[in-house]
Formats: sequence, C-alpha cells, structure tokens
Amino acid sequence: MRITCPYCGERDRREFYYQGDAVALDRPDPEAGEAAWDDYIHNRDNPAGVTRDLWYHETGCGAWVVVTRNTVTHEILSCELARGAKEAGA
Amino acid sequence: MVELKARTPCEGLLPLEVGALRLSEAEAGPMTSVAAFQGQDATLSTEMKAAHGVTLPEPNSVTESGNARAIWFGPRMALLTGTAADPGLASHAALTDQSDAWAVVRLQGDGAADVLARLTPIDLRPGVFDPGATARTELQHMQASVTCLEEGNYQIMVFRAFAETLVHDLKTAMQAVAARQG
Repeated sequence: MRITCPYCGERDRREFYYQGDAVALDRPDPEAGEAAWDDYIHNRDNPAGVTRDLWYHETGCGAWVVVTRNTVTHEILSCELARGAKEAGA
Repeated sequence: MVELKARTPCEGLLPLEVGALRLSEAEAGPMTSVAAFQGQDATLSTEMKAAHGVTLPEPNSVTESGNARAIWFGPRMALLTGTAADPGLASHAALTDQSDAWAVVRLQGDGAADVLARLTPIDLRPGVFDPGATARTELQHMQASVTCLEEGNYQIMVFRAFAETLVHDLKTAMQAVAARQG
C-alpha cells in the first residue's frame, strides 16, 4: 500500500503510523453532552468499504494526513493534510 | 570543572571504502532548525536570503549559497547548516540549535544510489531524485534526511545516537552492491 503525502508525494506505507478514525477532526463542543462525548471517545464503525482515517508521516516529514481508503480493495481514494481538512470542515 | 573531550558522531567508524564506494563523515558545521511562525513564511524566506543567501526551501528541495545550506526538513521547516543562524530570524521562526545532534555522512561513488535503494523506499531514479533534491524518509528503521548533492553523491543524516547503526547498515549495503559489481 502506498500513501501520497501532500508534501512528499507517493511513499511506502511503512513510513506512516496509523492513528485511527479521522473522528478526532470533529471534536464535539465541551457542552455537547454525554451522548456526543461517549460517541466521540468510544464508538467506532468498522466498515468493509470506504473509511477515513488519520495517518502520521512518522519517518518522513511529520505531517498528519487524512487518508480516505477502501478496506476491501485497499484502494487509496484521497490523501489530504489534516490541517487543511480541519480548516475546510470548520 | 570537568574537561569533556569533543567527539564527532562517527569518530572511529569512518571513513570507509568498499569497492568504488566511499562513505565519510561530513563536516556539517552549525545546524539550526528554522520553523516559520504562522503566516511568516515569506518574510522568513526574505530574511534568510538577506542574512545567509538562501531562501526557505520548497518541500523536498535544498537551497545553497557558499557554505550555507538550507535543507527542507518538514512542513514549514528547514535545517540551516554550515553557518550560525542570524539571531534576527527568531522574530519570524522558532530557531533550535541542533549542532552535534545529527550524524551526517556522505556516500559517494558508482552505485551509491543502489546502496541507498537497499535501505530506503523512496524513488532514487535520475529525473526524480536529482542534485538539489532532499527527502525525509526511512533508512532501515531510522528517521532520516537524505539529500542528493550531486550525481552519485548523497548526504545522509540520522539522529546522532544512531551513528553506529547507520554506518553498519550502509557498510552492509555497500558490500552487497560492491559484490554484485564484481
């Protein structure tokens, strides 16, 4: 599997660390209530198909990358900087 | 007062020659990481140019002027080597002295790219990784900075603590490449 770092270009998967679901970019408001926080901290889907997660270019440039990929076909659909994704979503 | 004796990271390990390949320790001089403050990239680049003759390098590239070399080191960050950073740059960037913190070696000779190809997953082919190109990448299992200085001449940097591992891994790869060159 190869991931395209927005800075470094296409790189081998071994340069990256897998952090988990990109839910961290959608942190609830502190007053959002217990249900929203319970969901944010504990509940994750485990899809057979398209998923969106955070990867860290650990032995590379240190960028956080949001990778949209298909867990069935291993196809990488998009890679964008977490910083940019966060700003675009705000 | 304790008298400490200065040692370079690869003292006693290098230089090393295997066939047509040569590995030596580079004198990088002072090293300072320069990380631009929010929105200060353009100003920082201008100030660096005025003080050291080098602009803030674009991703995966290097800028050079005389002894000064700025190596792209990550998002909005460069490593300024070969000259002490002008303190004035601190108005636009976080400056961190990293002198002596890195083992810096130079791999030269026919087949140097073949040696690196055994250790790092990046594309080293001519046209992709040419002189002036740099990469933050993995070298065996170490975080490294690899720069192509000229054809068949690479500068490789890893944390100082990994100096012995770096030399060992490069030596093993050099021997393997040299054996195939026969």
